[in-house]
Amino acid sequence: MRTRQVDEEKLENLIANLLRLGVVLSACVVMSGAVMYLGFHPWRRVNYRTFQGEPDELKTAHGVVQYAFSGNANGIMQLGLLLLIATPIARVISSAVAFALEGDKMYLLFTLLVLAVLLYSLFGSFLIV
Amino acid sequence: MNVLEFTFLVWTGSLLAGFLGALTGLGGGVVLVPLLTLVFKVDFRYAIGASLVSVIATSSGSAAAYVKEGFSNIRIGMFLEIATTLGALLGAYLTAKVPASALAVILGVVLIYSAFVARRTRPRTETPDPPDPLATKLKMNGTFPDTSGVRSYNVYRVPAGLGVMFGAGAISGLLGIGSGALKVVAMDQAMKIPFKVSTTTSNFMIGVTAAASAGIYLSRGYIDPGLAMPVMIGVLIGSLMGTRVLVKTQTKLLRLVFSGVIVLLGLQMVVKGLQGGF
Repeated sequence: MRTRQVDEEKLENLIANLLRLGVVLSACVVMSGAVMYLGFHPWRRVNYRTFQGEPDELKTAHGVVQYAFSGNANGIMQLGLLLLIATPIARVISSAVAFALEGDKMYLLFTLLVLAVLLYSLFGSFLIV
Repeated sequence: MNVLEFTFLVWTGSLLAGFLGALTGLGGGVVLVPLLTLVFKVDFRYAIGASLVSVIATSSGSAAAYVKEGFSNIRIGMFLEIATTLGALLGAYLTAKVPASALAVILGVVLIYSAFVARRTRPRTETPDPPDPLATKLKMNGTFPDTSGVRSYNVYRVPAGLGVMFGAGAISGLLGIGSGALKVVAMDQAMKIPFKVSTTTSNFMIGVTAAASAGIYLSRGYIDPGLAMPVMIGVLIGSLMGTRVLVKTQTKLLRLVFSGVIVLLGLQMVVKGLQGGF
């Protein structure tokens, strides 16, 4: 019982740090993209009144990474947002590892189910769009 | 408006929303979509994309603090996330099929509801019921730090909680909000989980729920970096400031005022939605 409590505490600390790290990291990437975005064309008109949808390179995880590494400001900001979306996913993965180490098969299964839904949304959702 | 003006104004508005949301405990995410659509004339789909992203930021940011303090119950959260993420997939799928004006009406109703639900608390029963067999089997009963040391609690009516959570997830995916109010209802009212544990676990779950619809939003082109950037940074800084001030201030009046603002925005969404203005 005692060891289990220590484990839970460790798990909770790990998750807390992971969440914090993810948010800080993504905010930094978004900000660096923002500096470029605001610096390069500050006087351009904005129009969000009508929905046009984003260009293809900003719509998939793969495309965003490529676009960001080509040095595009929109791509870098979107990469930061993608990191933010990935933070809860990393959190779920770390919970899965923790439940596996604890030998809690029931909760490992629950966690993997949640993970499957998240990965489907990020990588497979084009199937239903 | 040019890029610089627009970014600055949206950032300021989001900062204020995040600050008041955290300070009053009502959440800043709920007012973002009305703020963007009514004030900044942003298309509904871009607005829910930016709002959803900022919801993940505040949830992950504040959940970090609560997990450390031992209030949130990770097992309850993880189990219920099965329902919320599946609901979020359904909601995100439906949001492309439902006209924006209808979504605006639904959002208005949710806004008004969440302003009221936050003011109601469940009456405490003095004699605790015997533990629920299903909740015991799922190892959900837990403890949390209290003024008088450690308090233990039991969890009840798991299927009812799952059902409400599925609905909360669907609303979150449909409207790009955290739907924290609905999650708290599921845990506090249906499952009889202590209020403090309900709110913090809900906060913890909001990020995962939102991530389930964020992938779909991204692939549909709802997430625009130029719009989501000032919203996310603004809400994040605002809510961090709000949690800092939280401990020191008397928030009763502020809460009442902010609830009033939420109700007014909700009414405006309903009226404009019914007129087909989105």
